[in-house]
Amino acid sequence: MTEHNDIDRISGRSTTGHEWDGIRELNTPLPRWWILAFYATILWAIGYWVVYPAWPLLSNYTTGALHYSTRASVVNDLAGLEKLRGEKMAVLGKASLSEIEKDPTLLALARARGKTVFADNCALCHGSGAAGAKGYPNLNDDDWLWGGSLDQILQTIQFGARSGHAEAHEGQMLAFGRDGILKIGEIVTVANYVRSLSGLATAANFDAAAGTRIFAENCAVCHGENAKGNQALGAPNLTDGIWLYGSDEATLVETISYGRAGVMPAWSGRLDPITVKALAVYVHSLGGGQ
Amino acid sequence: MNKTVSQGDLLAEEGRPLYVAHKRVHPQSVRGTFRTIKWRLMVVCLGIYYLLPFVRWHRGLGAPDQAVLLDLPNRRFYFFFIELWPQELYYFTGLLVLAAMALFLMNALGGRIWCGYLCPQTAWTDLFYAVERWIEGDRRERLRAAARPMTMERAAKRVLKHAIWLMIAWWTGGAWVLYFADAQTLVRDLATFQAPAIAYIWIGILTASTYLLAGYMREQVCVYMCPWPRIQAALTDEWALNVTYKYDRGEQRCSLKKSFDLRARGERVGDCIDCNQCAAVCPTGIDIRNGAQLGCIQCGLCIDACDAVMKKVGRKTRLIGYDNDINIRRRMDGKSELFKPVRPRTIVYASLIAVVCAVMLYALLSRTLLDLSVLHDRNPVAVKLSDGSIRNGYTVRLLNKRGFDRVVAIDIDGPPEASVHVVGLDSVTVDRPMIVLARDTTTELRVLVTAPVDDKSERSMPVRFRVTDIGLGEVASATDHFVLP
Ligand code: SF4
Ligand code: SF4
Repeated sequence: MTEHNDIDRISGRSTTGHEWDGIRELNTPLPRWWILAFYATILWAIGYWVVYPAWPLLSNYTTGALHYSTRASVVNDLAGLEKLRGEKMAVLGKASLSEIEKDPTLLALARARGKTVFADNCALCHGSGAAGAKGYPNLNDDDWLWGGSLDQILQTIQFGARSGHAEAHEGQMLAFGRDGILKIGEIVTVANYVRSLSGLATAANFDAAAGTRIFAENCAVCHGENAKGNQALGAPNLTDGIWLYGSDEATLVETISYGRAGVMPAWSGRLDPITVKALAVYVHSLGGGQ
Repeated sequence: MNKTVSQGDLLAEEGRPLYVAHKRVHPQSVRGTFRTIKWRLMVVCLGIYYLLPFVRWHRGLGAPDQAVLLDLPNRRFYFFFIELWPQELYYFTGLLVLAAMALFLMNALGGRIWCGYLCPQTAWTDLFYAVERWIEGDRRERLRAAARPMTMERAAKRVLKHAIWLMIAWWTGGAWVLYFADAQTLVRDLATFQAPAIAYIWIGILTASTYLLAGYMREQVCVYMCPWPRIQAALTDEWALNVTYKYDRGEQRCSLKKSFDLRARGERVGDCIDCNQCAAVCPTGIDIRNGAQLGCIQCGLCIDACDAVMKKVGRKTRLIGYDNDINIRRRMDGKSELFKPVRPRTIVYASLIAVVCAVMLYALLSRTLLDLSVLHDRNPVAVKLSDGSIRNGYTVRLLNKRGFDRVVAIDIDGPPEASVHVVGLDSVTVDRPMIVLARDTTTELRVLVTAPVDDKSERSMPVRFRVTDIGLGEVASATDHFVLP
């Protein structure tokens, strides 16, 4: 350190030698307790290095006398949370679906649980708000391929559709074109007929009588005489305004020609029963539940 | 070189102290206007602080009847007729703004009024000084005793002093926790060792800090630890009235006897008789005659001390008084004194205080005990149903701030023929859903609004949610939109 023998003229005290724009800093000593507190913090830091993980080494770090690690405490926290949740979830597990629906507390709990599980597992296909996409049903509306009651939704989540699970929903939309059941002209005709069922415009030269006949002979088996669909087979209602793959002529022709067989995975093996139950309640409460 | 280096001082460089040892201040007792004001304020402030938790306020069954209560576990704050919920914490923001503005205004008018008269550190330190004086005697006695070896009698006195200090400190810490729980119950529980451990821990911490800060740190808190003196120094202006030694009148200082001689010879001498009383009474141990300085908390005690001296020697009082450098200059130039309490700075502070007060008062008066907020579903914003009608989903949050359960009906004014459905409610009541709101809680509902639409429908229509308390008729409403896909 350089020697500063500057003495401030007015106070008669020495300065630190620092000067800014002609203003010099007096060398004002700190009080002893302040210095002692400062030393205490240094000692504290050294103690901290010894007790807690502190210094990085080449390939490792000093683990500290307490062997504290944030990962361990996170694991701990999660275990505690799991336990806390377990108690609440057990109540959910014991209640029946209709009991949950009637009890506001249980309903809120199931919805909350279902919402997070949905975001983690289901949102990928059905969208974060369950609005669906082409080929993936919108779960907010009132149109259900396999039924929209609480039990039916639970069933579908548990085992899925065409998932390969023994209890999964089965049902095929046949490939009328590829398999040579209908000719392309017939397919276009029946496609227009189906559009007319829900009040959509048909092609100018559309033969309604032929459409009716082709539908009755080929489609009514699954979709019903009045085209209202059949939930046992997953055959959609063709008279409403809701279309899974689209309602324009080209899409319908493609659907009729090649068939459709969307897969809903079975979740019973991947999620625990209580979670699946909560999920069913959540999906049911989205607005479409029947 | 600094000559105040004591033997114990560590020397960083030759002759330069790294720290200064604590010099004990032994302020002398004093009587006068400002001392009286300080005593009265202390009684009022400490009285409020100690007794407020015991003031009752009837709020009805099931609600706490403590006038001022910070109920942290239940997240409710009670302040007489005001009950605040966590989402109403902006009132506290308002209070903080008010506190800051009041501090600024005080400072612009009379310097560190807060420090000298209202600060808890000052109040408790004053109280501790009073105890010390009562047991160990006034300044002179204590100084004399400090210079002599310890005797049994003095040791006994010292033990007594610390015992009383600890009791005051303990009572202080105890009073603080009373604001966080029902005071009467807590006092009983504390006495019978039934209270939660956290209460004892906090009392311990607050007792220790009060004892240390008021008994030992004293002026060190004001000089080294408190941020306000620094902020104050930056905020003050030349018009603010500060405790000031009027050197235009006091200098040249001169002892009483000598001043008679000199005056007789027609020479000009100042009014200060250099008796050092102003420094002797100063609780921070400074000499105000050196000019404005950080150590001065502006308690006004030196004014009282000097006034007493001036009266005794038959000179005009207020040689030390609330004044500023401008006036000293003006008097020296032969002009009259000038005070300007009203200036842009004080006008701004005062009007800000008025505005914040008005806003808070309005918010308080228009505060409702039944509230709702509506959040429209974002994904999907609208759902088409099989019959072609459109449904929008909303999250409706209802707040029942009353102390009893109540039944409310939900109505909507929205698109024509719209129906409302609350998820989880039986569809029988769909026409007018009725909900039970538990007392003092929030309830979150999922509400679906369905409306038939045709080609002429607008893409977005306002929808107004209205909740009506069936019993009391209280109504709350919120508006959102009904949109088409
Ligand atoms: S100088 Fe006077 S006003 Fe300032 S702290 Fe000391 S006694 Fe109080
Ligand atoms: S008390 Fe008054 S007269 Fe005595 S030293 Fe202080 S300023 Fe001078």
